[in-house]
Amino acid sequence: MTEPLLSELSVPGRPGHRVPSPEVPRADLPPAALLRDTLPLPELTELEVVRHFTRLSQLNYAVDTVFYPLGSCTMKYNPKVDDAMANLPGFAALHPYQPLELVQGALQLLAELERMLAEITGFAAVTLQPAAGAHGELTGMLMIRAYHLARGDQARRRVLVPDSAHGTNPATAAMCGYETVTIPSDARGNVDLAALERALGPDVAALMLTVPSTLGLFDERMLEITARVHRAGALVYGDGANLNALLGVARPADLGIDVFHLNLHKTFATPHGGGGPGAGPVAVRAELEPFLPVPVVRRRDDGTYYLDYERPQSIGRVRAFGGHFGVLVRAYTYLRLLGADGLRRVSEAAVLNANYLRVALQEWYEVAYNRPCMHEVVLSGRRLKAHGVRTLDVAKRLIDYGFHPPTIYFPLVVEEALMIEPTETESKATLDAFIAAMRAIAEEARQQPELLREAPHQTPVGRLDEVTAARRPVLRWPVPDWVGEPPRAAGLVPPEER
Amino acid sequence: MPFVPLTDAERRAMLERIGVRSVDDLFTLIPEPLRYPTIDLPPGEPELAAARAVQQLAARNRPASALACFLGAGVYHHYIPSAVGALASRGEFLTSYTPYQAEVSQGTLQVTFEFQSLVCELFAMEVANAGMYDGATALAEAVLMAERITHRSRVVLAGSVHPEYRAVVETYVAPRGTELVVGAVERGDTALHEQDVGDLLDERTACCVVQQPTFFGTIHDWRALRAACDRTGALLVMVCNPIALGLLRPPGDWGADIAVGEGQPLGIAMSYGGPWIGLMATRERYVRQLPGRLVGATRDVRGRRGYVLTLQAREQHIRREKATSNICTSEALLALQAAIYLSLLGPRGLRQVAESCYQYAHYAAAAIAQLPGYAVLTPEPFFHEFVVRCPVPPSELNRQLLAAGILGGLPLGRFYPALADCMLLCCTEMNTREEIDRLVAALAAARRETA
Repeated sequence: MTEPLLSELSVPGRPGHRVPSPEVPRADLPPAALLRDTLPLPELTELEVVRHFTRLSQLNYAVDTVFYPLGSCTMKYNPKVDDAMANLPGFAALHPYQPLELVQGALQLLAELERMLAEITGFAAVTLQPAAGAHGELTGMLMIRAYHLARGDQARRRVLVPDSAHGTNPATAAMCGYETVTIPSDARGNVDLAALERALGPDVAALMLTVPSTLGLFDERMLEITARVHRAGALVYGDGANLNALLGVARPADLGIDVFHLNLHKTFATPHGGGGPGAGPVAVRAELEPFLPVPVVRRRDDGTYYLDYERPQSIGRVRAFGGHFGVLVRAYTYLRLLGADGLRRVSEAAVLNANYLRVALQEWYEVAYNRPCMHEVVLSGRRLKAHGVRTLDVAKRLIDYGFHPPTIYFPLVVEEALMIEPTETESKATLDAFIAAMRAIAEEARQQPELLREAPHQTPVGRLDEVTAARRPVLRWPVPDWVGEPPRAAGLVPPEER
Repeated sequence: MPFVPLTDAERRAMLERIGVRSVDDLFTLIPEPLRYPTIDLPPGEPELAAARAVQQLAARNRPASALACFLGAGVYHHYIPSAVGALASRGEFLTSYTPYQAEVSQGTLQVTFEFQSLVCELFAMEVANAGMYDGATALAEAVLMAERITHRSRVVLAGSVHPEYRAVVETYVAPRGTELVVGAVERGDTALHEQDVGDLLDERTACCVVQQPTFFGTIHDWRALRAACDRTGALLVMVCNPIALGLLRPPGDWGADIAVGEGQPLGIAMSYGGPWIGLMATRERYVRQLPGRLVGATRDVRGRRGYVLTLQAREQHIRREKATSNICTSEALLALQAAIYLSLLGPRGLRQVAESCYQYAHYAAAAIAQLPGYAVLTPEPFFHEFVVRCPVPPSELNRQLLAAGILGGLPLGRFYPALADCMLLCCTEMNTREEIDRLVAALAAARRETA
């Protein structure tokens, strides 16, 4: 069952949403040369719109419907009260330019959330403005650049990035004008210290380090790494995508990190929305505070809050109108539910669940680095290649079993990688069902490999032709004939064709 | 902790299976003195208590919805049809992620494809991406894109481009040493005068950025500027309000090379600054220079239509430091909201919203222009915002308006010192004639607080 496009459902003349007529004398419109001739939007009734988008929603796997162990993405349960709070008119209907005396509750929430995140990470100051993790990286690296320049140090042109890093790290360094140098991982999945030492020098601005790493591992020489970077006069940028392993267990600032971003849509349970919105607050040591983006939320002695724009060393504005406030309200509410006691229990359960999967699956799949992992475990599917089966096939077969596949082919340093992050909100029963499915699939790979290669079998569409999609891009309607007939809405398909 | 389901018995069984005595044994790599720091936060609360506390914070705010709102300046108070929230809050949309596994993400993928198509129709452009963080970062990315396409590093911006958008562009280009040139805005006695940015272009200019309608509300004819771009080889980048495009000639018809805009007016709450979505579209020949996600239509192994993430060789997870941008997670849920909004409104609905904005603003401006001491400085034609010179300092005036239940306009002194006695007023379909009459009466009655 697939769904036609809005443009294919459109019928000229259909009555849409009604808008009240303006109750004022009519002024002349601008000259015709300034007006548009046509507006080719689809024409549908509200019911048709509701059915269309409801049917489309049903084509998705989501945390609310299935186990979704997408590594590095922390697909945990998002408490519904968070959404309810963000939708309160006292937050949702606030205009960002309202006079400050009308938004004191919002500013207090921002100030308190900054303090909570600073407390959890051990840093002196936090900006809540970045819109997502990568935007936080950009903000943080611009601050590192400003820090070096403010000290008159203009020679630092390179940024070191381990080979296990997210692609956003090198892309961010490039946006900030830096040349990136890749640092290899060693045989135990740690940063190769000798290679790091060789790369460090007076031209290095920073090391961008994901903690724990994307291999799901805590580096065995963490303090040694940060100390060496500091000895070379460089700073350590911490990618906090994996903070779900460390809540109440270790504070990134204590580990020698100088600038650190958090992904609220991962660690702090704000919904991922099919690919955003997220939020990527950045936490920094006191020495970097002057470079925070403007404005900064401040509290006066009388208890009122204001926005401080008078910050001459600031990197400037990273986004108009402040941050993703609606996401911040959700994270704040979640942190109130969690409290200090809940933090550590989150990470302990997340790490316990990941290690349980590691031990249960090692008999059937190779564990990339077989030592206690943190919040996720990285497997390699290379043994299955003997049966003509690849990691991609395992992932697609998991769909038949009713699970969203893990992250695959990342990190790049693991051949045929399967990166599994169960999160703390999954029960043992769910993990056991997933283990059973993974075992069954390993068995199928030996006996009926075509079952994997042809998977998934039950989805509205099968494997899609990505090569042609990239070679002959169709990025908008109307779609050409080669992509297939317009599908008919479910009720119009005769039963024998379904 | 209601969100951690493990019982003690299950925990023990799992630890035994792993072969460790306690969870602590899994954290031994964390250097001992740093392990388990004291976190100074209050204990966790039940939902009722947490909700009560957060509701109290919300109650300390006075939202635009509780006032007669005349505040705009890039963020607009529009009506959001009920179906938008009802559909966008479905868990299948809300709690999924980037559609890497296309077979179980066709919902998000098709919505994104439809969003791209709708943005193309609205902008009259050939291709649109799946969205950027907001209008300002979309503009910053458009400027970087123009530099890549032209291999030039001088950028001209009209002074009537939103000041905060210009500030974000400044932040983004700072490491690159791009030369930024901003057109002058001068204040005449009866009207604002903008420098013709066409005069600022030269053969080193990567792009010229203008806004339609401008920050001050003016609607311009861009034919001469397009010709100036053609003469110098600069790209034309337009920032557009999508609601205004229900009525106005779209950027594609002016010959824009890249068009961006803030998607917030399309069924998205103001929410004190976000989350919103940046709209971004361009010509087909520049598609490989576009940042952000793109969804394409294709067919599956049985010839059925389906949708996939495509042209990913532009993106950070494939190209790393050579990517067109570092953007990863963006604003899929907001793209969904905008797509639902445009589907519900359709061509007639969007035109009616745009015309209502226009008519209310012109009714208000005509009445305010008659008030002694006031002048409307935005020249005709304008859309739904206009600059008003006030006899009372704007912040003081706003305090007096508030007493009458009115959220006044944006005082302009912060962004344009020469306009310190001016505010930017905005009307939308949310206003009523009664509200506008009340605004005009309150303005007429306003007096300097200090004699």
